Amino acid sequence: MEPMSTFGVVSGTFLALTPVWIALIATFVLSIMFKRNLGLYGKLFDSPIGMIGFAFVMFWVFTAIFADVIAPYDPLQQISGMRLKKPGTPVPGTEDMYALLGTDTLGRDIFSRLVMGARIVLLIAPLATLFAYVIGMLLGLPAGYFGGKIDTVLSFIANLILSFPVILLMFLFVTPGIRDYIMVDFSSDLTPQPRDILLPEVGGGIVLSVALAFVLTLIWSKTRTRPQKAFALMAVPVVVWLMLIGVVTFNAAPTLAPPPEVLIVFVMVVFVNAPTMFRIVRGLTLEIQTRDYVAAAQTRGETPWYIMLWEIMPNARGPIIVDFSLRIGYTTILLGTLGFFGIGLGSESPDWGLMINDGRRFLSSFPHMALPPAFSLMSLVLGLNLLADGLREESLKD
Amino acid sequence: MLIFLLKRFGTMLLTALVLTLIVFFLMNLRPNLEILARTELGNLTPQAEVDSWIETTIYTKSLIARYADWIGGVLIGDWGTSTRFDLAVNDVIWGRLANTGLLMFWVMVVMVPMALIIGVLAGMREKSTGDRALSTLSIVSTSTPEFVMGPILVVLFGASAFGFSPMFLDKGVLLSPIATSASEKGITFYNFALPVLTMALYGMGYIARMTRASMAEVMTQQYIRTARLKGVKFRDIVLKHALRNALIAPFTVIMLQFPWLLTGVVIVERLFDYKGFGWLLVEAASNTDIDLLLACSVIAVFVVLITQLISDIGYVFLNPRIRIS
Repeated sequence: MEPMSTFGVVSGTFLALTPVWIALIATFVLSIMFKRNLGLYGKLFDSPIGMIGFAFVMFWVFTAIFADVIAPYDPLQQISGMRLKKPGTPVPGTEDMYALLGTDTLGRDIFSRLVMGARIVLLIAPLATLFAYVIGMLLGLPAGYFGGKIDTVLSFIANLILSFPVILLMFLFVTPGIRDYIMVDFSSDLTPQPRDILLPEVGGGIVLSVALAFVLTLIWSKTRTRPQKAFALMAVPVVVWLMLIGVVTFNAAPTLAPPPEVLIVFVMVVFVNAPTMFRIVRGLTLEIQTRDYVAAAQTRGETPWYIMLWEIMPNARGPIIVDFSLRIGYTTILLGTLGFFGIGLGSESPDWGLMINDGRRFLSSFPHMALPPAFSLMSLVLGLNLLADGLREESLKD
Repeated sequence: MLIFLLKRFGTMLLTALVLTLIVFFLMNLRPNLEILARTELGNLTPQAEVDSWIETTIYTKSLIARYADWIGGVLIGDWGTSTRFDLAVNDVIWGRLANTGLLMFWVMVVMVPMALIIGVLAGMREKSTGDRALSTLSIVSTSTPEFVMGPILVVLFGASAFGFSPMFLDKGVLLSPIATSASEKGITFYNFALPVLTMALYGMGYIARMTRASMAEVMTQQYIRTARLKGVKFRDIVLKHALRNALIAPFTVIMLQFPWLLTGVVIVERLFDYKGFGWLLVEAASNTDIDLLLACSVIAVFVVLITQLISDIGYVFLNPRIRIS
């Protein structure tokens, strides 16, 4: 078979992404049809910038969802006789298979790795940002609301973490030695055994427990006058938490457990993001607690946590949603940075940062190794930034 | 003012102490000590010997006592020995730091004026076409981190078969994708342009956006309208009335940019193989060079804390409305 022309590569890639285009068009048509009934989400479709950003983001979301259908090869599979091939090279021994974006030094299909890499980023970045926000709220709300000693201590700790260069923190924590550091020893041996609890697992357990504490406070502060309803509602998160912590920390289901190198990256990303969220939530709380409806709630005799979670937090949602979108972008960049230094996820995984690092030695002869992941990461972050801009503009119009 | 400074300085010292203690604790975890033992004794040393080496040379004192020893050493200028380079940390670190200082200097020289000009031009007529174009440019810039910008710039200007490179190659002015020579033989435009540009272009967007927001806010103020109604020329309004007030916020942002530039420095120095502080940090971390990494951490933390202090003080001087009590 002949290698594809440039036009062939472009149209081939376009066709391979067909499910994404269909889903994208369907989302836009439906959203624009019903935009008047969709609140802030609907208003996004009044702002061209927000719409473009949303399109970029959803493109990657759908790519991640349909990754199995789109990717022609396994991202780790080394195709024989296909080392460092240019985009559009036909795969030997097949009828109509092409390496659309070429292959890397180990003969892995770059297009497949790119598509599967979207899955990693879009799973870890939003989830880590969400957990970081939960921690930020649980600590930032009382710091802003009560002030005084709580505020002084928490702010000092937050500033402490923020004074630490992120990259140094990552180098200190995400090394194999620390990753295998035994926190709870079941076998009294210095090499980790399957039953020992290691640092990433303890970190994951802490993050999950803080999230549980947040949800329980949320439920209890609203329904504490009806204890029966409160306990019924609280049972659900407790069961979910038990299941998750069993899998993550106590290794109850080894097949479901996240690999330690993914878990430690997740925990560290939550850890370095939480202080920033803390500062944002604290600032918003300081501003909102002077409002009349907070005074009204205080006069009614509501508990402080009810006021924080059910009066202040809902009214801070505008800036928080905007920041959330921006923050996912930063987290994406951070994940890419970790991958670039090879201290992130496993050395084989189709991580975008890792792919850029693998490809950077071949920039002058085979730029197709580094440039596609570079542009992918850029377009996702750009989409998130534009989305945040659009949301900010629209939420300010009220 | 003096009390404010003393208070800030106290907090800063406490922060530095706690942070270095954390780093010291992490570096002294058992797995790191085992690596250290193996560098000292040889890679194939049996586990029992490694254990006894750690027991007899390190665990003779408590962690706090060892930390106190180390801090004492640092205060009299003895930073220990680098196992990676087989040299005193003092001999390794300062030259590299100077290299990074040079890189930072040129990044600032390129980035700050560019960012301020874009921000002011965009903010002086909010929502005009020019504003839209410049704001989009800033957003694209903030979405392109160094490890993305670097490869793109190298392919465009520094590789020989793609982008604008063939054009430059013909004229013999191709930019070098490797900056090792810049750290060893001195900088030239050709070996330094790409690293500087990579960092400056990513950092520019953020400062430009802050400047734009600040400028746009100033332009809606009463005194600007008064000046307009008096018939002052638009150019004079921007340059004489708006600019100074609009630059207060970006100043803080630029100072707070330093810690963040540190991450950028690490990426760019690895990407272009420029032997500076960031390059050293990666080298120390990936070889578990305990003393060197500790020294890098102390310097990094101090750079961050000092810039925070300068930004606070500068903010007070620039903004006459803020008074510290």
